[in-house]
Amino acid sequence: MNFELTEERQMLQDGLRRYLSESVTHEGLAAATESEAGHDVGLWAGLAEMGVIGALFSEEDGGFGGAGFDLSLVFEETGRAGLVEPLLDVGVLSGGLIAALGNDTQRGLVDEIIGGAVQVAFAHGEPNSRYDLSRVEATAKAQGDGYVLNGRKAVVVGAPSAQMLIVSARTSGNAMDQDGISLFLVPVGQDGVEMRSYPLNGGGRAAEVTLTDVTVGGDALLGAEGQAFAALEDANARATCAIAAEALGLMETIKTLTTDYLSQRKQFGQPIGKFQVLQHRMADVLIEIEQARSAVINLAGNLDGDRVERERHVSATKNLIGRVARQVVEESIQMHGGIGMTQEYALSHFAKRLTMVDHRFGDTDFHLERFIRLSAA
Amino acid sequence: MDLSYTPEQLAFQDEVRSFLQDKLPAHLSDKVKGGKRLGKADYEEWHAILNERGWLAATWAPEYGGTGWDAVQRHIFEMETTAAGAPRIVPFGLHMLGPVLQKFGNQQQKDYWLPRILNGDDWWCQGYSEPGAGSDLASVKTTAVRDGDHYVVNGQKTWTTLGQYANMIFCLVRTSKEGKPQEGISFLLVDMDTPGVEVRPIVLLDGEAEVNEVWFDNVRVPVENLVGEENKGWTYAKYLLTHERTNIAGVGFARQGLANLRRIAGLEQSGGQPLIQNPFFAGRLAQVEIDLMAMATTNLRVIAAAAAGNAPGAESSMLKVKGTIIRQEINALTRQAIGPYAAPFVSEELEAGSNADPVGPEYAMAGTQAYFNNRKLSIYGGSNEVQRQIISKAILGL
Repeated sequence: MNFELTEERQMLQDGLRRYLSESVTHEGLAAATESEAGHDVGLWAGLAEMGVIGALFSEEDGGFGGAGFDLSLVFEETGRAGLVEPLLDVGVLSGGLIAALGNDTQRGLVDEIIGGAVQVAFAHGEPNSRYDLSRVEATAKAQGDGYVLNGRKAVVVGAPSAQMLIVSARTSGNAMDQDGISLFLVPVGQDGVEMRSYPLNGGGRAAEVTLTDVTVGGDALLGAEGQAFAALEDANARATCAIAAEALGLMETIKTLTTDYLSQRKQFGQPIGKFQVLQHRMADVLIEIEQARSAVINLAGNLDGDRVERERHVSATKNLIGRVARQVVEESIQMHGGIGMTQEYALSHFAKRLTMVDHRFGDTDFHLERFIRLSAA
Repeated sequence: MDLSYTPEQLAFQDEVRSFLQDKLPAHLSDKVKGGKRLGKADYEEWHAILNERGWLAATWAPEYGGTGWDAVQRHIFEMETTAAGAPRIVPFGLHMLGPVLQKFGNQQQKDYWLPRILNGDDWWCQGYSEPGAGSDLASVKTTAVRDGDHYVVNGQKTWTTLGQYANMIFCLVRTSKEGKPQEGISFLLVDMDTPGVEVRPIVLLDGEAEVNEVWFDNVRVPVENLVGEENKGWTYAKYLLTHERTNIAGVGFARQGLANLRRIAGLEQSGGQPLIQNPFFAGRLAQVEIDLMAMATTNLRVIAAAAAGNAPGAESSMLKVKGTIIRQEINALTRQAIGPYAAPFVSEELEAGSNADPVGPEYAMAGTQAYFNNRKLSIYGGSNEVQRQIISKAILGL
């Protein structure tokens, strides 16, 4: 039993924490969200240079990490800083899928992602899919030696700053089938690709992507036709680990902000942190954040396990994170009072970003139900 | 024990319903039901319609142009108007200042200000809270120093709701530093066009600026704008706060929110079926509905006692706590029901009449931002912690 980080990971954590604490500001986050691309080019280059993107990939994929604990380490730090860069989308989802399914040519993209030169966004969710991973209604019809894509992709995070998309589309089967889902690499400038870009609650940007008779060659297909689901589920598990760790980092910062506020803010003649009712509630917040930390460790440690066990941990962790996130957000705003309601104060960014964690990769109830189903299997 | 309304009360309910059917403009109820922003003109339009019918000042005595309704009638009116999607009545002049002037104002003040409130000549806002004071209202720092026929006001108020629309503000100001904090407070009416008054918006979590900071820099206020006696303002302030608590339980808002949630959960699909059929979600929805059914009756019990002449005391604290918990739970479930489309934030979508095509379903933006905005419910008007303190002292005697 050993819950310590390895020396390399400890160095990465220290360096990343220092870099982000110097580079990420409340004002900078707001500016990035308002900008058309939705991200900060300098920060992205800095992350690449530090090897942070590379830490998300295994050595055989050209990185120097890629394990669950590498993901959890990096994303706890990005969460702690409130970073809005699409690192999860580009690194874990798109990069992970290309590394897992790509041919030698396609895998060249992984090097460019690690180097920070290219961003690829993952266009998978659809207006009706909610959290159902296999629900794909976009279609890809074979034409000549290529395909014609049609459909609409919803809330594609990172798309406004990306040069390339991975688009999931159905080459066979019905809307909910696991079989028949294929992935395609599509440049954002391709004819028939339309994007509507918008800011997100909690920062960053996404786009609605409409594909109208988008023609791609056979070389755009990523992996075997119709067989993408297993890789999708694997990427989804890794992304869940990443977002859970990010949530943990967000919680840690919220805890610090709230504890500081309780110590400083005086009312009725004393710091409000002297009121027992607030002390107890803050203690509960701390207990629950420690639960969240353990849940992240559970998932990170089981990412490479067998499928059912891994997926049980995905759902267990995401369910617990969702519950704790709501408690931490609501209690921290409440204990701050009016100031916690204001956009200008740093808490607002962290609280909104943490709230939005429950709106990706399945919410608390989705995973409760799924956990029950997986446990019964 | 009889849970139903009397025939007279039922007749009144019908009267309100048919009035709303005839007179509530669809362009206003559409905005309210769709969670769009309401502007100054919207509120003014609705106030004028109610005023024409004599129903604007539900809490005022008839001699001042009020309805003279009892607590049950006021409740029926609240329930019907919220269910119909009427804009809320802006409370600052009607529910707060009006009753204070009627009880503590001099004849000249009553004659001048009360008709102006009814006719919409003035838009009032509330100058109570100050930075760093929160629910500790007695720690007023804004000063008013007598100088001839004027008070000179200096200081800052905050969380001033809809202050951007107001031309008048009623303020708690410190006129004496002697004695206990409560003892040196006065109640002053300030024209916001006076030199030295500055309003600065505060943007909240939902991206909206519905509250403001109001700054006073050597603002000269005529002494006739003092309400009641100097240094007795705390008494008037407390009286005002009991009126702030009209409809504190928010049963009408909760019912409207629940109906909206049910509609959304019927439209959202999860695992190939409407979300409302998902047993996990249906269970949460049922739970909050059950709580609301009981709370509505608790509310009626307090209202019946009030109609029988017992002024509600700490019971309204109970209604505030439970009422806000229920409304916030409905907001949270609504956000949850919205799913991935809770993430996009396109502020223009909330503008009524905006041509912005919604990113997701039409309810997504409004439903999500309402969750963030309504975190305020348990903070303002005396935070829920303060309310629990009142309950433990005043009811439990601890």
